[in-house]
Amino acid sequence: MLELIHDNINDLVSVLLFVIGFADLLFQKNMIKKIIGLNIMDTAVYLLLASQGYIAGRTAPIVVDGITSTEAYINPIPSGLVLTGIVVSVSVTALMLSMTIRMYKKYHSLDLDYCLLKSREE
Amino acid sequence: MKKTNGKKLNKRNVKENISSKNGLSKRFESTYRVLSAIMIVLLLGMLVVMILGMPPIGYAQNPDNNEVAARYIESGLKETGAVNIVSGMILDYRAFDTFGESCVLFVATICVTIMLRMDGGANSSKAGEDENPEAVTALKKKEDEDTDYEDGITAIKTRTGRGVSRSRRVEHLKSHTFENVDSSFFEPEHDTILQKCAKFIIPIILVFGVYIVLNGHLSPGGGFSGGAVIGAGFILYLSAFGFEDTERFMNAKVIKWVTFGALLVYCLAKSYSFFTGANHLESGIPLGTPGAILSSGLILILNICVGMVVACTMYSFYALVRRGRI
Amino acid sequence: MDIIEMILFLLLIVCAITASLTKSTLSAIVIFGAYSLIMSIIWVLMESPDLAITEAAVGAGVTSILFYATLKKLDQIDMSGETGNGKA
Repeated sequence: MLELIHDNINDLVSVLLFVIGFADLLFQKNMIKKIIGLNIMDTAVYLLLASQGYIAGRTAPIVVDGITSTEAYINPIPSGLVLTGIVVSVSVTALMLSMTIRMYKKYHSLDLDYCLLKSREE
Repeated sequence: MKKTNGKKLNKRNVKENISSKNGLSKRFESTYRVLSAIMIVLLLGMLVVMILGMPPIGYAQNPDNNEVAARYIESGLKETGAVNIVSGMILDYRAFDTFGESCVLFVATICVTIMLRMDGGANSSKAGEDENPEAVTALKKKEDEDTDYEDGITAIKTRTGRGVSRSRRVEHLKSHTFENVDSSFFEPEHDTILQKCAKFIIPIILVFGVYIVLNGHLSPGGGFSGGAVIGAGFILYLSAFGFEDTERFMNAKVIKWVTFGALLVYCLAKSYSFFTGANHLESGIPLGTPGAILSSGLILILNICVGMVVACTMYSFYALVRRGRI
Repeated sequence: MDIIEMILFLLLIVCAITASLTKSTLSAIVIFGAYSLIMSIIWVLMESPDLAITEAAVGAGVTSILFYATLKKLDQIDMSGETGNGKA
């Protein structure tokens, strides 16, 4: 069992982080903590994705003095995908933060349930 | 921490212990928590079971190290001329996808502008009205009964006590209504330590960012990370020297034209290679000697465009959150 | 090599848990900055330096700055809004 865990340590950690972030989303009252939880889930998914491309004993995919054999480099595709993913998650965070500011400006509270109740009263 | 039960709760702890005050029924609260706890445990169990079935990390015969990866590695250098295969992949094999990615950034800036600008930020008076009229009229009503207003001010001073500058700014607030509090209200105070350090560090940051962007196809990095570094440099400049100084070179017009120009150049470059690619024409752009700066055809130009888009986006995110408009 | 990765993964999980359990929002954001930094070190160990630079510059840098700017903006709304429609 321990051997199995050691083999898939990256995936296990990304699953744990995903669940921590997800618990954050569900249990936190403060809106900014929910956004932090979502960011943690983001990085967890990227860790899972990029660790699929990792091959032990091989170097980063930068061609060094002309060697282009596949045995020398790790798989470049997942890191390419994750690169654009990281930048998109910043834009999503910026959108969420601006919505939180709008919500706070109207209801003066960061608690989503409180604001929903207030909006229903209007 | 004894909570003041007077109407004027301390703003700091109102924001922190929020749940104490909302009107949700206790029963809903507990069932919600129990149900979400069960769901999380199920999710965790399912994911762990899935994980243990996956191939071990770092194993060479992983199914995803297939012929596509082999193709990128073997002929990456020949076809794109980029030493950094990841950059070659992003900006040459999958350039159209990265073009969509830059448009995502551009649209994100527009959305944040729309959202934060709707309230006119702090200092554009015309938008102040449609924020929510009763808030603004309440403010006007408050203006008249000066005594209560006075009490409001003293509450602020005693509550925060964060030094004179806060109460000085609040004096400033007294003389202005909510709408035309001019932008200096949200200005960074004149902080000499920050400015001196910024004067020293910002050139280094910008040179490093430009280096990352220009060497995107040679060493790790590229448009995205280089642009983010340059953006962070501008953000440091803005927070150190305030809006007037940064307006000189980074105002809304510059950002608009830079992002628009960068996306346009990107689009032209890629439609050129679509055109040559689709009709099997030999794209006449020399790939140059691998390892030289001007070496990998269009990748350098695309890196610069993506770097500019990312830098302007990061800067405008900060400026928008800071004062509601770029 | 493995030991360092194990330690970093452990730190990552500790950061994630403390970021969600701390009382004040500000310390949650600071811990999230540390979380992104550890993440970018893990990318270096995973042999993908592109991700490391991007995660460091974008994750730790710009995201944390956006969080701090939001908190500052909420303060400003407090201050200028406080004299507006008072608290419910």
